[in-house]
Amino acid sequence: MQKLFLTRNIPLAWLQLKREKSRLLVAMAGIAFADMLMFIQLGFQTALYESNTRLHRTLNADLVLISPQGRNIVNLTTFPRRRLYQALSFEGVASAEPLYTDFVDWKNPQTQRKTSMLLIGFDPEYSAVNLLEVERNLHKLKYPDVLLFDRGSLGNYQETIRLIEQGKMVSTEIRDRKVNIVGLFLSGASFAADGTVITSDLNFHRIFTNRSPSEVSAGLIKLKPGTNRQKMAEALRRYLPEDVRVLTQAEFVQFEENYWATSTSIGFIFTLGTIIGFVVGVVIVYQILSSDVSDHIAEYATLKAMGYRNSYLLIVVFQEALILAILGFLPGSAIAFGLYALTRNATSLPLYMTMSRAITVFILTLMMCIISGGIATKKLRSADPADIF
Amino acid sequence: MQTLNIQTQSLLDSPIPVIVVRDLNHYFGQGQLRKQVLFDINLTIYAGEVVLMTGPSGSGKTTLLTLICGLRSPQEGSLKLLDQELLGAKQDQLIQARRQIGYIFQSHNLLKSLTALQNVQMSLQLHPHISGQERYEKATQMLKAVGLGDRIHYYPTDLSGGQKQRVAIARALVSHPRVVLADEPTAALDGKSGRDVVNLMKKLAKEQGCTILMVTHDNRILDIADRIVEMEDGTLTSRKFVNNTQNPSI
Repeated sequence: MQKLFLTRNIPLAWLQLKREKSRLLVAMAGIAFADMLMFIQLGFQTALYESNTRLHRTLNADLVLISPQGRNIVNLTTFPRRRLYQALSFEGVASAEPLYTDFVDWKNPQTQRKTSMLLIGFDPEYSAVNLLEVERNLHKLKYPDVLLFDRGSLGNYQETIRLIEQGKMVSTEIRDRKVNIVGLFLSGASFAADGTVITSDLNFHRIFTNRSPSEVSAGLIKLKPGTNRQKMAEALRRYLPEDVRVLTQAEFVQFEENYWATSTSIGFIFTLGTIIGFVVGVVIVYQILSSDVSDHIAEYATLKAMGYRNSYLLIVVFQEALILAILGFLPGSAIAFGLYALTRNATSLPLYMTMSRAITVFILTLMMCIISGGIATKKLRSADPADIF
Repeated sequence: MQTLNIQTQSLLDSPIPVIVVRDLNHYFGQGQLRKQVLFDINLTIYAGEVVLMTGPSGSGKTTLLTLICGLRSPQEGSLKLLDQELLGAKQDQLIQARRQIGYIFQSHNLLKSLTALQNVQMSLQLHPHISGQERYEKATQMLKAVGLGDRIHYYPTDLSGGQKQRVAIARALVSHPRVVLADEPTAALDGKSGRDVVNLMKKLAKEQGCTILMVTHDNRILDIADRIVEMEDGTLTSRKFVNNTQNPSI
């Protein structure tokens, strides 16, 4: 084994890094820190988008119709319900149900303070959301002025939740109308609203007396089994007039994310954070590599004099960059993994290490090290073998 | 007459010229600042010779040395190393030329991240036809030959000055170069180590039949030379023949 190591090509890059243990550790720590920054920034970004689209993901629909004027789930504006009947005329469409959404101020039953909630209404014969608790409580929504409450809402609701869990009814007010909370479900707060309340389409119009049932916020289309979503979406787009947009469920999620990414500074802030992590990494790796090249410049000149090509030295520097990338990434991702768990427990943000994010950060790390390596190789030109005699 | 003389000699001893310098001029700088540093250098070194070059510093010795080993491109005249004309040679040809030369520098210039063995192997790694196994064996043998058989896994920092220079000699000679160029190899060593080092160089070079061109200021080692040439102000001024040289012509 020892012999095997002695007889292969000399791994100069690794031997040079290994020889300077403290420098190697500093480099690893720097890259790990940069990677951790990028992981945290990207992780928060995804978590925030995800927490804003939890409701979208639970919608019981293959395709979603919305108005082209719609901005996000609380500001969907409306389109004529007729479009849903038109969609139903398609062979592959199993059902097309209206969804009514709006932004309401309600009174917290516990503190009597007013907060903003997202109110959604749909026909209780048809569950618009794939949540077990909602489906179980659907029959209760057939009564007037009742609603289901999101236990993940921001604010002081422990008492309310406890009472409802005991099977009691809790009363509160929405737009000066007395309503009763009859059940719970879990979705969570978003940037737009502190929580969600679900009711029937009829109750929705009892609260929003000014809105007409023939003007819907969104249409939820279920397709017959075996129907291609994309093709059906295409067909609907061609057939339906311009006053309605046809999205697949995934596109609807994207639509919401896109709103928060472009209309708020969230996307910008986290992208900036990631870029800062990247730049910090480039600077650290460059510092390490360039001082490493400076330290070895006489040796590199000697190698050139012996007949090694410039390309050999370039490869050595890039190999060092690559080794640093890998050695720094491993502790960096391990730390991020721990921080994710910590944040998850503290904030209930859906912060998870995903394969795709790990790959993204690893590729960024590689780019980071290659850029630094590229700048550091400029110093190689000063390795003039004629100077060493 | 001279031509006849050389031909007769070559029949007797077959002196093969390995370094042939003809009317070589070299300049540093450009335009107004252009300054000639080498003037009409003529020098022929034959296989197996040990040639010492002496002269005051700044006289152009090192410049000539760097030209011969392909580290600088010749500008005027002719310079042949092992039958290869270096004037106007491409970068790639210069690199090939360098691989046929063994170097010993003033300071050892060993790679400090590598052990003695690895340093010597680096020199063999330039020759792709030598297998890893051979590299290991040759390097070990060479280090034994320079008396460092028990220190092959030492790093340069753990070796004395003389030992480091001996590793450098092993590195220069391990690939059996036909020419060894040395620039003041004893400058950083005390008298005894310096003596040991040049004796070792000469012994190994003679065994391998290789030619040595050595720049030195060190008067104590002049006796190892077959021939001494002196450089002054960019001109080869005098040629002393120390030993019974078989090739008196230049």
